[in-house]
Amino acid sequence: MTELARKRPEFRNINALTDLPSYRLPAAGWVSILHRVSGALMFVLMPFIIWMFDNSITSEFSYAQFTALFSVGFGFVPGWMMKLVVLALLWAYLHHFIAGIRHLYMDANHAVSKEFGKSSAGMTLALSIGLTIVLGAKLFGLY
Amino acid sequence: MSSVNYGSKRIVTGAGYGFRDWLAQRVTAVLMALFTVIVLAQVIFTSGPIGYDQWAGIFAAQWMKVLTFCVILAMLMHVWVGIRDIWMDYIKPVGVRLGLHMASIVWLVGCAGWAIQVLWRL
Repeated sequence: MTELARKRPEFRNINALTDLPSYRLPAAGWVSILHRVSGALMFVLMPFIIWMFDNSITSEFSYAQFTALFSVGFGFVPGWMMKLVVLALLWAYLHHFIAGIRHLYMDANHAVSKEFGKSSAGMTLALSIGLTIVLGAKLFGLY
Repeated sequence: MSSVNYGSKRIVTGAGYGFRDWLAQRVTAVLMALFTVIVLAQVIFTSGPIGYDQWAGIFAAQWMKVLTFCVILAMLMHVWVGIRDIWMDYIKPVGVRLGLHMASIVWLVGCAGWAIQVLWRL
């Protein structure tokens, strides 16, 4: 084996604690991992989402209980914190939605150039955060 | 035998190449995206707080109930494929993975049942 071949570094297992903090992901990498993170978050909080759907839509009485969650809170959790959880869910949904449309568009058009990957990833991140801000303004009663 | 064994030249034997799941992931995504646009448009272009009547009104029409029903079923399938991918990527011991698969199915079917129950009694 030559000197050069022996010195080639090998990366096999990525250690979450020592390797990940120094990783610098490109925009498309961020969209990809956030797609997974947002999906997992919605999976874990799914009963809470259905609870909200249930109470918000069943009757006017249950609707009042639903809105009280965000004004009075639940148990020791204050209302504003419930709003932050919902804000996180809003972001998760919107990011997953827009990143998913990017996937579908790429599949349909075979648009897999490096440039398109980069620009569409940037657009996905910006649009999902932008829409989260708009719906967050609705959530916090700004419009 | 050809030396190229990928893409359209791949020699396909057996079953379970994941194409059906891949396709289901996209078909269900299109349906959910349609639903999202319909709901989002009615929420985002409002002024002031959304009252019960306005919110319930979105789901009042029969076609919307049918669409929502289909979206719940689509989501069940979509989330199953996605979550299974996560377990397959990170969980290596077969026993633990099988347990998580089972737990995910119970979790998802339970959630879907609850959501349909809510929708059905509207």
